[in-house]
Amino acid sequence: MKDLAEAALNAAQVKGAGYADVRLDEHVQQDIIVKNGQLAAVSDDASEGFGVRVLVDGAWGFAGSARLDKHEVEEVVDRAIRIARASARVRSAPVDLGPPVTSRGRYRTPLERDPFSVPLAEKVDLLLRADAAMGAVKGVSIREGSMEFLRQRKVFASTEGAFIEQELYEAGAGIEATATSPDEVQNRSYPNSFGRHQGSGGYEYVTAMQLDRHGQRIGEEAVALLTAPQCPSGVKTLILDASQTALQIHESCGHPTELDRVFGMEAAYAGTSFMTPEKLNHLQYGSPQVTITADALTPTGLGTFGWDDEGVPAQQSFLIKEGLFVGYLTSRETASVLGQQSNGTMRADGWNRIPLIRMTNVNLQPGDSSLEQMIAETKDGVYMETNRSWSIDDKRLNFQFGTQLAYEIVDGKRGRLLRNATYAGITPEFWNSCDAVAGRSEWKVWGLANCGKGQPPQTAHVAHGAAPARFQHVKVGILK
Amino acid sequence: MKSMEASRLTEEGEVKRFVDKLLQASPAAQTEVMVTEWDSALTRFANNGIHQNVAERDVSVRVRVVKDGKTGVASINQMNESAAADVLKRAIAIADLQSKGEVVPMPGPAKSRPVEAWSDTTAAATPEERADFVEAICAKAKRAGLKAFGAFSTGAEQFAIANSLGVYHHHRSTEATINSVVMGEAGSGYADRGAINVQDLDKDEIADEVIDKAQRNQNAQPIDPGVYEVVLEEYAVAEMLEFMSFTGFSALAVEEDRSFMRLGERITGEGVTIWDDGLDASGLPAPFDFEGVPKQRVDLIKKGVATGVVYDMMTASQEGRHSTGHGLPAPNTEGPFAVNLFMQPGSVAKPDLVSGIKRGIWVTRFWYVRIVHPKLSIITGMTRDGTFLIENGRVTRPVKDLRFTQSMLEALGGTLAAGKTTKLQIGEFIGASRVPALHLKAFTFTS
Repeated sequence: MKDLAEAALNAAQVKGAGYADVRLDEHVQQDIIVKNGQLAAVSDDASEGFGVRVLVDGAWGFAGSARLDKHEVEEVVDRAIRIARASARVRSAPVDLGPPVTSRGRYRTPLERDPFSVPLAEKVDLLLRADAAMGAVKGVSIREGSMEFLRQRKVFASTEGAFIEQELYEAGAGIEATATSPDEVQNRSYPNSFGRHQGSGGYEYVTAMQLDRHGQRIGEEAVALLTAPQCPSGVKTLILDASQTALQIHESCGHPTELDRVFGMEAAYAGTSFMTPEKLNHLQYGSPQVTITADALTPTGLGTFGWDDEGVPAQQSFLIKEGLFVGYLTSRETASVLGQQSNGTMRADGWNRIPLIRMTNVNLQPGDSSLEQMIAETKDGVYMETNRSWSIDDKRLNFQFGTQLAYEIVDGKRGRLLRNATYAGITPEFWNSCDAVAGRSEWKVWGLANCGKGQPPQTAHVAHGAAPARFQHVKVGILK
Repeated sequence: MKSMEASRLTEEGEVKRFVDKLLQASPAAQTEVMVTEWDSALTRFANNGIHQNVAERDVSVRVRVVKDGKTGVASINQMNESAAADVLKRAIAIADLQSKGEVVPMPGPAKSRPVEAWSDTTAAATPEERADFVEAICAKAKRAGLKAFGAFSTGAEQFAIANSLGVYHHHRSTEATINSVVMGEAGSGYADRGAINVQDLDKDEIADEVIDKAQRNQNAQPIDPGVYEVVLEEYAVAEMLEFMSFTGFSALAVEEDRSFMRLGERITGEGVTIWDDGLDASGLPAPFDFEGVPKQRVDLIKKGVATGVVYDMMTASQEGRHSTGHGLPAPNTEGPFAVNLFMQPGSVAKPDLVSGIKRGIWVTRFWYVRIVHPKLSIITGMTRDGTFLIENGRVTRPVKDLRFTQSMLEALGGTLAAGKTTKLQIGEFIGASRVPALHLKAFTFTS
């Protein structure tokens, strides 16, 4: 690996690159799906290759290949240089990366049990037990459970002298029960939706979920939702469970604070951002209860690592401090435009992609309330749990979310189960209406393994520390 | 220089030898090998300049084995002897570790009709050619006092699938796509194009469209949400169709009672006819699916009546029928997928779709569409890059983007007219749709 990295960097410099970096990446993934009491799928995928990123005449070029030999390294470097020269013909201002990054070291995800050493039978047995628990509920028509395990070994080296080796592990799992009637399809999933809950770590992350102990409950909830009344329309107090709060952070704080979006680098695809530089340190983004950090050091987070894919060390920085917008997620190139240094958020989803600014673990800091207390203090509200649908505009202002489950709250008490619950709002209005966040004991790190961005498309694995939170005067019940 | 950048895919003969050798080496009762190899490049631009510019060459070798009623799937991204041995060993190991389960049947040999989807010009496109194309759009935008953003990609791919029952199919294809957002101080426009042959993409045509749209979409004013008559451009119609496919056009969705398709019943407007045809050269054709089954045309909705859904090997065997050639790669629990969609055009010129609309909304495209209720076919999303008010048969002024929450079947149920031309809309991840613009009687904007 080291030989190939050095060969690529030498070749790039000889051929005229002012800066070059190379990433060699080996990725192994195991997926297991159990459906309706049967083992439906087991797959074992492996991918390896390298990518070379070069700056020539102030413009970027990148090329990657799965062929790991010295001849291919030469060709790929030639290709990257030629692409960079073509970029330079149509570039705006030359790229300035700011001060050099010379990180050296090794990082390995802390874990107790290597998921790839756990027998397949043990994994399948756990999923089948959870499946049986869902299947014991009359009216559940589809049951599905899945696990996913990842191991990524990567080497990063640059012409500035950085050389980093990392070995990252992820483990994830989840179950889902579906019930249908002539007009309805209702799902309940655990611990989260989007197929599974995932974190950095070993198999212990999966066993801690106790999937088999939640199968019956979600099965019963899915069936009950078929005949539950529709979520009423109105302006009400809204209490979100921690997982939905996590997605709210993701869409309405994580994405708009990505500085590449702010500068238009994603304008034709993922969009831009309403959080433009003149608002930095001026915009009252949320209420004083709202403090949000980007923290690549959070244990078990999917955005936890040793260094980002530009060699910048993992770190914590503030995005929102007691409601005030104070920081961005940055790269070396974008930070230097603001006279800052990167806070280490550049990640690529494989050897064949360039790094982009991606959320690390974007966390809402815990407050001093509790879900129980929030409900007790609410006269007329709705409690919503587990995401079902999500949509937000290209500037990250106008959003609408739906959840799998909801309860009405009347005079401080949880009332009827409600189906097809939705809520909508405008980002700063919504976060400024936040008047309570639950405390540390209800705070949890939620992994999202499906964050899309970039062209060609990339999928990032990110996380959000979140606790249940309460918002006032929110429009709920968009479906009538 | 050109030869270096020309697409470097492995010769088909070599691919076939690799696949045959792997099949021969397998001790399993049944074995399937799928090889996908691609060489692609993408030039991305923002603020009138190239800011990202990438290329990659990769391969995927996916092996499915069935041994003693147990299935194992493994993949690797190398195509050599040791990789073949490794991927086969891993697939067998997975099968051996399982208890007997449901086996997705493999198809036997059947002839597929070859369809041309290759362009030497696209395969050999250079970074300089991509830069020239992008520069033309940026220069026009700059002259107009605007900023251009977007991505221009060219790529070549080959796909081979074979199994131990005698199936062998090979297909090669190229694709070139350009999308662009052009922004002024107070608004933006959008346009995109896709083609097999990069020479079919006209840089001036797309630049003119996106710049014109951006110029007309400045200083949009808010409008009250509510139910409006709408004209949806092809961009929006294609996205709606893709979501219909995702939620409803699969035999598995019907079997699991989560589809809106009620076969034999009238489910939407009489003017709506939708089909899937992987062999139609005016789409993005592919002669066979990811299970090695030749593609068949499937009529999905005919004059508003649900007439068919697509099948893969699993759903077909469960219902005692033949696959329609819509299988996805193993292991697949999502069911079959219609990826070559067509909607019947009408007889009205696109600009004339507004005539007769007293007060309505012209929608260029949708953004961030998500399913709210699959069985009722309700989706939500935003309009983006060109939303206009229609008054007394004319587009009069831009309006702020709106959120919609709308049943697709109900919206199409009110189809008053369809454009007489269609546009090929290449999907973000897989497949393509060819659709007209539509005039719909009612569309619900919720904020």
